[in-house]
Amino acid sequence: MTSAPLLEVRNLSVDFPQSGSTVHAVRDISYEVNRGEFLGIVGESGSGKSVSSMAVMGLLPASAQVSGDILFRGESLLAMNDRKLSQLRGNEISMIFQDPLSALTPVYTVGNQITEGLLLHDSALSKQAAAARAVELLRIVGIPAPERRVKAFPHEFSGGMRQRVMIAIAIANDPNLIIADEPTTALDVTIQAQILEVLQKAKEITGAAVVLITHDLGVVAGNADRIAVMYAGKLVETGSVDDVFNRPHMPYTLGLLRSVPNLITAGKTRLVPLEGRPPSLDALPPGCPFEPRCPISIAECRTVEPPLLSIGSVHEAACIRAPEIAAGKLSAADVFPRPEPIPPSDQAKVEGRTVLEVTDVKRYFDLTRGAVFKRQIGTVKAVDGVSFTIHEGEVLGLVGESGCGKSTTILEILELTSPQHGSIEIDGVDVSTLSKDQRLAKRKDIQVVFQDPMAALDPRLTIEDIVAEPLTVHNVAKPEQRRRVGELLETVGLDASMGARYPHEFSGGQRQRIGIARALATEPKLLILDEPVSALDVSIQAGVINLLEDLKERLGLSYLFVAHDLAVVRQMADKVAVMYLGRIVEAGPVDDVFARPHHPYTQALMSAVPIPDPAAERSRKRILLDGDLPSPTDEISGCRFHSRCPLFKVLDPSLQQRCLTEDPQLRVIDTSSAACHYVERNTLQVM
Amino acid sequence: MAVIEPMEVDTTATLVDPAKAPKRASRGRLIWLRLKSTPRFWIGVTVVVLMMLWAIIGLWFTHWNPTDQDLINSRTGPSSSHFFGTDDIGQDIYAETVVGLRKSLAIGLIAGPLSTLISAFVGSFAGYVGGKADSVISWFINLLLVVPAFFLLVLISPLLKDKAWIALIFFIAAFTWMVMAQVIRAQTKSLRDRDFVKAARFMGVDTFTILRRHIIPNVASLLIIDATLGVVYAIIAETSLSYFGFGIQPPQVSLGTLLADGSSAATTRPWAFVFPAGALILFLFAVSLIGDALRDAVDPTSGATRD
Repeated sequence: MTSAPLLEVRNLSVDFPQSGSTVHAVRDISYEVNRGEFLGIVGESGSGKSVSSMAVMGLLPASAQVSGDILFRGESLLAMNDRKLSQLRGNEISMIFQDPLSALTPVYTVGNQITEGLLLHDSALSKQAAAARAVELLRIVGIPAPERRVKAFPHEFSGGMRQRVMIAIAIANDPNLIIADEPTTALDVTIQAQILEVLQKAKEITGAAVVLITHDLGVVAGNADRIAVMYAGKLVETGSVDDVFNRPHMPYTLGLLRSVPNLITAGKTRLVPLEGRPPSLDALPPGCPFEPRCPISIAECRTVEPPLLSIGSVHEAACIRAPEIAAGKLSAADVFPRPEPIPPSDQAKVEGRTVLEVTDVKRYFDLTRGAVFKRQIGTVKAVDGVSFTIHEGEVLGLVGESGCGKSTTILEILELTSPQHGSIEIDGVDVSTLSKDQRLAKRKDIQVVFQDPMAALDPRLTIEDIVAEPLTVHNVAKPEQRRRVGELLETVGLDASMGARYPHEFSGGQRQRIGIARALATEPKLLILDEPVSALDVSIQAGVINLLEDLKERLGLSYLFVAHDLAVVRQMADKVAVMYLGRIVEAGPVDDVFARPHHPYTQALMSAVPIPDPAAERSRKRILLDGDLPSPTDEISGCRFHSRCPLFKVLDPSLQQRCLTEDPQLRVIDTSSAACHYVERNTLQVM
Repeated sequence: MAVIEPMEVDTTATLVDPAKAPKRASRGRLIWLRLKSTPRFWIGVTVVVLMMLWAIIGLWFTHWNPTDQDLINSRTGPSSSHFFGTDDIGQDIYAETVVGLRKSLAIGLIAGPLSTLISAFVGSFAGYVGGKADSVISWFINLLLVVPAFFLLVLISPLLKDKAWIALIFFIAAFTWMVMAQVIRAQTKSLRDRDFVKAARFMGVDTFTILRRHIIPNVASLLIIDATLGVVYAIIAETSLSYFGFGIQPPQVSLGTLLADGSSAATTRPWAFVFPAGALILFLFAVSLIGDALRDAVDPTSGATRD
């Protein structure tokens, strides 16, 4: 009995019949989870990773057709009736969902929601005891002042705090299995690091096995014991973390690992794009589903879908050519060679003129109350004195967590009107001096690419109309427009004949290319990239990043690259500026800042980014930040970061006084600059 | 060249995927496909077309004109000469119904879409521009909403008496656009924050082009439904006004005036009431079926198709 796995999934298939076709979301997968094991299931969106875990929880919609078997401690979950299943759920098996916003009921206090689960599964428990246990649980997951917070409602918690509450609910009944479905995807990196830490702690306390479902290879690298890679509804590779990361045998895993920018190595080598997109699950061609995207496919791949083949003791991969890869005949570099950089002869000459100069820009929003007679109740200092310059051919990465003011900063620039405070100069011209016509002409020079490629393209217009839109503004003749659109589509790697189609016919990566083509239409000097790859699947990201790098080289563009993903920023940027609460806290050349971060916030941010390399992940020292970003309405005296600062905590009280009263300004340290009083005393180690 | 090569893989992947081709239909085609397979839609369309045809050529089948008086046969039931019978003064109810239907149809088919047009324009403008203009327009819309339109029409009707019935169309349209304008305004407000509208703004596209090119097409499905159901509402408004003597004035006839004349005899001489009422109900029912089918086709999560 002891040797039997805790959870055993046997030949599980889940189909969703739809009008006319059937979506095969999960196709014949088998895996097991042992007691106390941490299994990471990795896959892109639509790979069936969430559906398979929903099947375990019995939470699939009624229309789903499930076949195969799921055994929990030898008992079939599929054969159980709802009543029996309900006794298991929340007691033996518990789940943590992706969106902590919708996973908690807004009308009950968090205490109620924790005790609900406790009382449901233990009728002997008194209300008082349950309430005491709820406080205890909140303390375990690291919620400050749990006695008070237990009576709070979900809306009074931040996203990270809510996810902690979710974990508290999940471990309330000391479960044997915790399924976490993308538990950190909706959160910022510093919060993600906290939550993963709490999840590990929860695992230690309860001794439960954890199944972590994620698309982020970095997250599993540092946490999981074993990982399973899913593609098109099938398991394509399983094995221990070290085996899979160091010796991947399925070309998909191979490509995925080479396409992800790694915080340590980023910027030194080009990324390897994994082009194409996953097949649609309602009309799968025979053979290996990865075959159309696989660079080493052979004729046989098109006829038979390969089963999982055992390679090592626990290592399995579904590829006909896996033995060749195992034997070392095919190396990763053979399968996915790194693309060549643009030769110098094709690179545009750049003179290094200043393209954008932002000086001490501030943007405050008044908070008002009352409908007729508005009175001011506070001020949100969204951007509070930001300065930076971008030269021709240069990429500035603007980094920060959500709510730090990076989006407001770019909106201020894009408005091309005079800011509330400070000045914005584009190409040496102060935008506040522009007339209406001049402003319209200036818009040619500065264009934007948005984060969500779906929302950025009008679904009712054809690609040709979308890309030509900036040209219509500047009265370009129709035939000229059409010629230019064809040219632009070719530039971004699409077919010129695709102009007559609509946005929904394209994949995410292609849509982002269309967005880039539109931004390039007026031959701008500066592109503002607002998280251009964060909404894309990991395998698609690399292609778009490479495209942006190539365009920069060939056209001599400058980028203002706004992102929260430090690895992507390191890959692309020449200079980096780290924002915290409306201020730039550290800025400098990208290599210097990443190699020797001076500001404690930068250090914490960098240590929070998971690295898709298990060995590096394990040996890293993390600087965990406490708590969340303070509310932007709070009046903070002294340094804005002192409430979360890890350096502040270890400082002598006499030195702390300065952090509490004096607002640090950016000052030059070595080659970069940082806004911290005690950079010289900073002994925190990263990496 | 290494840069271009992987991208070609990307494009061919889309082109050589015949299995997905039928799914790639544009939204308009998708709506049409859904509509085509809805029996309700075809029933509605058939009835509406037949009734419109009847309104146009219905008089060919009888030798009576609506103003002719057959005094010998007054107050008689349906017969081979008077298909729907006659009224108090011997007028042929069949002929009157055909002519009345014409008027009601004309009013409904013009006033319904006209009111939609007003709501599209006002709603999208207020929603997009925001600020002061939005506050003023919303205030005005809310004002019109709390004023009972029917009583206002009653008050205005003396002015209408001498004007042609065309004036009635504009009055009905003027008092039925507000709710839809509110809906469009709310939709526009959410569209305004969408990236493609922002992108257009940062390209320097002017407000009216943005409204025309981006906002209105994205609420078009709503507008089409509203225009269809607006026909129903306008006809009901016209008939109720005419029924109470405030709308169409004799000697002109509409279904409303016919109903008013026939209502007193509804129990004793039902033909004077049942035929015009039947024509009215049948037409409204058919248009509602179309509107309903349209709504389901545009929004698959609403109504009957919901899982």
